[in-house]
Amino acid sequence: MALIAVEGLEKVYASEGVETRALCAASFVIQRGEFLSIMGPSGSGKSTLMQVLGLLDRATAGRYLLDDKDVSGFTDDELARLRNKKIGFIFQALNLLPKTTVSENVELPLLYDETSEASNEDRVRGALEAVNMLHRADYLSNQLSGGEKQRVAIARALVNNPEIIFADEPTGNLDSKAGLQVMAILQALNAAGRTIILVTHETSTAEHAKRILRMVDGEIVADGPVVNRRIASKENELLK
Amino acid sequence: MTLSAGSSLECIMRISDPIKITYRSLAASKLRFFLTVLGVVIGVAAVIMVMAIGASAQRLVLSQVENVGSNLVVVLPGAAEEKGPPASALGIITTTFRNDDLSALRLRRNVPHLIAISGYVSGSATVESSTDSFEASFQGVSPEMIEVENIRVEQGRFFFPEEESDLSRVVVLGASRARDLFPDRNPLGETVTIKKNPFKVIGVLGERGSAAFSNPDVLIYVPLETAQKILLGINYLNFARGKVDASENIERTLADMTALLRERHDIEIDEESDFSVRSTKAALSILTSITDVLKYFLIAIASISLLVGGIGIMNSMLISVSQRIREIGLRKAVGARPTHIITQFLIESSCITLIGGTLGIFFGIVVAYLAAIIIPRFGYEWQLIIPPASIAIGFTVSIVIGITFGLYPALKASRVSPMEALRYE
Repeated sequence: MALIAVEGLEKVYASEGVETRALCAASFVIQRGEFLSIMGPSGSGKSTLMQVLGLLDRATAGRYLLDDKDVSGFTDDELARLRNKKIGFIFQALNLLPKTTVSENVELPLLYDETSEASNEDRVRGALEAVNMLHRADYLSNQLSGGEKQRVAIARALVNNPEIIFADEPTGNLDSKAGLQVMAILQALNAAGRTIILVTHETSTAEHAKRILRMVDGEIVADGPVVNRRIASKENELLK
Repeated sequence: MTLSAGSSLECIMRISDPIKITYRSLAASKLRFFLTVLGVVIGVAAVIMVMAIGASAQRLVLSQVENVGSNLVVVLPGAAEEKGPPASALGIITTTFRNDDLSALRLRRNVPHLIAISGYVSGSATVESSTDSFEASFQGVSPEMIEVENIRVEQGRFFFPEEESDLSRVVVLGASRARDLFPDRNPLGETVTIKKNPFKVIGVLGERGSAAFSNPDVLIYVPLETAQKILLGINYLNFARGKVDASENIERTLADMTALLRERHDIEIDEESDFSVRSTKAALSILTSITDVLKYFLIAIASISLLVGGIGIMNSMLISVSQRIREIGLRKAVGARPTHIITQFLIESSCITLIGGTLGIFFGIVVAYLAAIIIPRFGYEWQLIIPPASIAIGFTVSIVIGITFGLYPALKASRVSPMEALRYE
C-alpha cells in the first residue's frame, strides 16, 4: 500500500476573475521510506504541489489518497489532526516564534496533540538530540544562527514523530556548509525510515534525494531515480 | 517549557500553555497592551465610581429623611398636588393651620393611631447669653416633640404641657448651640435673651446629627405658644409632625387626619384641601425612586466609556491578528484547529479586560474612598458604600466585553488559511 497516491490532481487559483492553473493533472505514487525531490523553476507549481500534499491547501480536482484514505472530503479539523499526527514541515522562512525558547518552539506541534501519551519534555529532548541542538534548548530563537534555526525547525518537524516530512527549500537561506548539515540530517532521517519530500529549485540539493520529480508550468515533466546520489555527510567531510 | 522541569507538571503546563502564549504576545507589544488596558480601566473605574458614589449620595438623601424619624406623618398648610411639592416648600406662607387644629388632631378619638403630634413654628433672632451673642434660629414646638422625633434629653428636662399654655419663658438648647452659648459652664438655670426677652435654660438635647438637610443641634427650642405669641406674633403653625403607632396604620392615620381637618376647615367634597398630609415613608419611596433614576442614568453614561474601551480591545486584537498572521499560519500548519486559535485570542482579549477590570475596580474604589474623605469636609454625612454588586458587575462586564469584542478578531484569526498566512510578508 502506497503512502501517497494522487490521480489527476489539479489546483486552480482564481483571483479577480482570472484563473491560474498551478497544477495540471498530476498523478504519481510515493512509497513509505522514499526521499523525493520536487524540482522546478520558480512558478512551476512545486510549492503548490507540496501544499496540497501537506494538507495545507485543497486540490481543485483529482484524488488524493493518504494512507489509502481519500482526504479530499476531510473537514478542516480532520486535516488539522492529520497534519499534527502524520506530517512535519520545514519551511524556507524557518518560521520560528521570536522571543521564544528553542524548546518551546520545538514543543509547538505537541500543544495541539491531545492524544499524546509520552511526556512532551522527553519528546522535545529527543528531537533536539536528533539535530544536535540539545545544548541550545533554553536559548531564545533569535539568539541562534541561520543554520541553527533551521536545525530547530527540523526538530520541530520531527517532534510529533511524523511519517512524512515536507521540506520547502530548507537550504535556501543557508550558506553551503549549513545547507549540507541540514541535508545530512534529512538523509539520516530518511535512512531511519522516514519519508522525506523536498521542494527545491537547485539541482545540487535535489540530488540528495533518491528520486526527482521535475515540474514545469504546473505539469510533471519527468519522474525518475537519482543516478549519482549525493551524500551530504561525505560532502561535509570534504569541506573540512 | 524548561527541559529540567518535572514531567508530573505536564498536565498543568498543558492548561497553562495558552496563558504563556498570551503573556508572550502581550509582553511583545507593551505600549499597545497598556493603552488597551487603560481603556478598560477607565470604563470599569467610571462604572464602579458612579455606582459607589451614587449609592453614597442616595444614602445621604435618604438618611436625611430617615433621621427625622420613622412612622412619621406631617401636616403642611396649603394645597398641594398629590406627588408635587407642598406650597410651604415653595415659600408660600399659609395661615390656615392653627393651634386648635393641632388640639383636635391630638384627641385619640379623632385619630386613634396617632400617638403624639407636635406643632412647629420657626424664626431667627439675635440670641444673647451673659457672655456672647449669636444670630440663631429658634423653633417653637410642643412638649410632644420629644416623643415624635425620639430625642434624648442630655441635661435637665423638656417642656411640660402647662409651660406651653401659660407662655413660660423657658428654652431647651440643641447640643452644639448649648456649647456655643455656654462654652465653659453648665447652661442649666442660665438665662438667654431672645428678642430682648429673657428665657431660662431648662434643658440641653443630645447630639442628633443633620436631618432634612438642616441641623437641629444648633436650634433653640421654645414652647410653641411662647414662640408664636411673644417671639413671632403669629397665630398659625408652620407645620405639624406626628407619630403613628405602627407603620401599617400610616395610611389609615393619613385618611383620618385629612377627614378631620377637612371637616374643621369646612371644605366641601369637591373642593381641594387647604393643607396636605404626608408620611415620611411615602417621601422616602419618592426620594428612592428619584435617586434610583439618577443613579441608573449615571451608570448608563459611565457604561459608554466601557463600550469605548471594548472597541479599543477589538482594534488592538485586530492589529494583533495581522501582526501575528505568520504565527497563526504556523500554528495551523502544525495542527492547531480553528477552535484552538479562537480560544487563544479570546483568552488574550479576556486577559486584557480582566486586568483592566481589576485595576478599574481598584481605582473606582480609591476614588469613592477619596470622595468619602473629602465630601464630609463640606458638612455632609457621607458614608463610603461600595455595593458588592458593583464589583461583581465590574468583573462580569469586563469578561463579557473581552469575549464580545475579542470574538470577531478571534474568528478572523481562525479563518486564516495556513498557507496564505505563511506566505504573508
